[in-house]
Amino acid sequence: MTRISQCHFNHFCVLSDFKSVGLRAADALPEKVKMVEVGPRDGLQNEKTVVPTETKIKLINMLSESGLAVIEATSFVSPKWVPQMADQTEVMKGISKKPGVSYPVLTPNLKGFQAAVGAGASEVAIFGAASELFSKKNINCSVEESLQRFDDIMKAAKEAAVPVRGYVSCVVGCPYEGKVAPEKVAHVAKRLYSMGCYEISLGDTIGVGTPGSMTEMLEAVSKEVPLSALAVHCHDTYGQALANILVALQMGVSVVDSSVAGLGGCPYAQGASGNVATEDVVYMLHGLGIQTGVDLQKLMDAGAFICRTLNRKTSSKVAQATCKL
Amino acid sequence: MGNIPTTVKHCLSYEQIIEDYPWLRRWLQEEKIITEHEYPKFVKIVEVGPRDGLQNEKEIVPTRVKIELIDMLSATGLSVIEATSFVSSKWVPQMADHTDVLQGIQRAPNVRYPVLTPNMQGFQDAIAAGATEVAVFGSASETFSRRNINCSIDESMLRFEEVINAAKEQQIPVRGYVSCALGCPYEGCIEPPKVAEVAKRMYEMGCYEISLGDTIGVGTPGSMFKMLQKVMKDVPVDALAVHCHDTYGQALPNILTALQMGVSVVDSAVAGLGGCPYAQGSTGNVSTEDVLYMLHGMGIQTGVNLNKVIEAGDCICNALGRQTNSRVAQAKGRTL
Repeated sequence: MTRISQCHFNHFCVLSDFKSVGLRAADALPEKVKMVEVGPRDGLQNEKTVVPTETKIKLINMLSESGLAVIEATSFVSPKWVPQMADQTEVMKGISKKPGVSYPVLTPNLKGFQAAVGAGASEVAIFGAASELFSKKNINCSVEESLQRFDDIMKAAKEAAVPVRGYVSCVVGCPYEGKVAPEKVAHVAKRLYSMGCYEISLGDTIGVGTPGSMTEMLEAVSKEVPLSALAVHCHDTYGQALANILVALQMGVSVVDSSVAGLGGCPYAQGASGNVATEDVVYMLHGLGIQTGVDLQKLMDAGAFICRTLNRKTSSKVAQATCKL
Repeated sequence: MGNIPTTVKHCLSYEQIIEDYPWLRRWLQEEKIITEHEYPKFVKIVEVGPRDGLQNEKEIVPTRVKIELIDMLSATGLSVIEATSFVSSKWVPQMADHTDVLQGIQRAPNVRYPVLTPNMQGFQDAIAAGATEVAVFGSASETFSRRNINCSIDESMLRFEEVINAAKEQQIPVRGYVSCALGCPYEGCIEPPKVAEVAKRMYEMGCYEISLGDTIGVGTPGSMFKMLQKVMKDVPVDALAVHCHDTYGQALPNILTALQMGVSVVDSAVAGLGGCPYAQGSTGNVSTEDVLYMLHGMGIQTGVNLNKVIEAGDCICNALGRQTNSRVAQAKGRTL
């Protein structure tokens, strides 16, 4: 056997050093994480109070100044279903679009897509579900039917060179079906990715996931969709969001959705929290030495502003602690 | 991988290494299998609600309510419930009824009821009241030690040594706490070597377990990893526990990191009782319910019945006239 050279020996010492303290904890984390801010859309859509257009615009403008690279601005869904997003066109046209920042909007169908592009949108998002029952109850059709509807949007988006982000909801649990099979999630994610979505955001819609179910689900999905094209959208309804995000990062995911001040309750558990707070995620990432490009103070200012307007307390623990020290 | 010297980095090619030493592939694959089972199979939960929780609540709770809480917790499967604190009622009025509480609870078999004993006086009172396990509280921060217990770290260690020696004679196990393990409200950042030094001293004096406390909840998985990496060089991981505060929402990812490093004892408080005295109105202790939900979801056993803990939490919150801090309890109470 050849003598192990000194540098290889040093390498093994370092490796075994990591292994002796738990390699998992020392798993290479991404150097950078892209934050996708969903507060103005997913957040405000699920708030009880309907927010005036100028407030939404001011919120988005403040968020634009905080260093966030992606801010989901609004939803081109019929105001009949989602009255909170009725002012979609005014919001889209009213915001000051910062260069380098992307402002995707939800487009559930071709009509919504056309209205979005007409209002100046340059990126859109579509929403699938991993649960049949959730799909039927939420958008009144099966998962397969919803994916077919998206074909029209994908074609139109390709022609207009508009990138499309895909969401899969109920990735670890459904309010109607209970547990959701990881294979089903992988199937829907793969379909959306093959259709042309550049990124698939995997949503724990009712926040029931834990590092256990999150790992299992990501292992299945990452067999079908490259990790670099995956994002996690964790709800904090059971307080598990940050732990779930951490395991996702350890598995190689580097895009995280969150909502300033944790805006947006859970519609399936009255009064319970919903989206994870962007401030709390950024605090964790910065503590891990991961770059986000986000200025936490400016982010908290935006959160404080919207909470004052909504007359509600922030759901962000970082914001609560920082204001009172 | 920031610890690797630059001189070594150019050698770090996995393919090159395997080409040179083919037998390594099998070794590394076996290691990978081992690390796939890196979580402990069982985690012991140390319930600190009745002491650390209630001590930091604004409302002073009547003795019978405390006893009722502890009795409810005794029926949940928890194996360790910190019952009270034998500290002078001049300093901690919430714990003035320590003797009545300890003598009033129904002690379940297989459940231990440690109590805090900051000095010999407290230790003797605790033993007289029937305590069978005690705890002492050190700090990794000099300033925190002086402000909190009016003496330096070294002076506090001398006091604890007295208690530990007396406890040894009576075969009373002693648990050690190190506060400010990830940050201090006065000094700010606390270096891992300091935490390791204090933990090691307490362990060598005779504490069977050292609970490392993120007193103001500022820690993140990054600082938790670095701190544990250092402490684990001096204290065996089986003798370590983490006591994470959720003031910045970081408790669960911090606990997860600790589990990944081999820690298998976690402190928590039912309903997340106990605010943070350093950030008015902010949360303090992590909720037992939320910790259990995470552990059970990962297939880790605890022996604890989550629903019974939620019931105990609801009960004490009603008595305190406040909402639970547990997200699990909030969600379960309101699911449509």
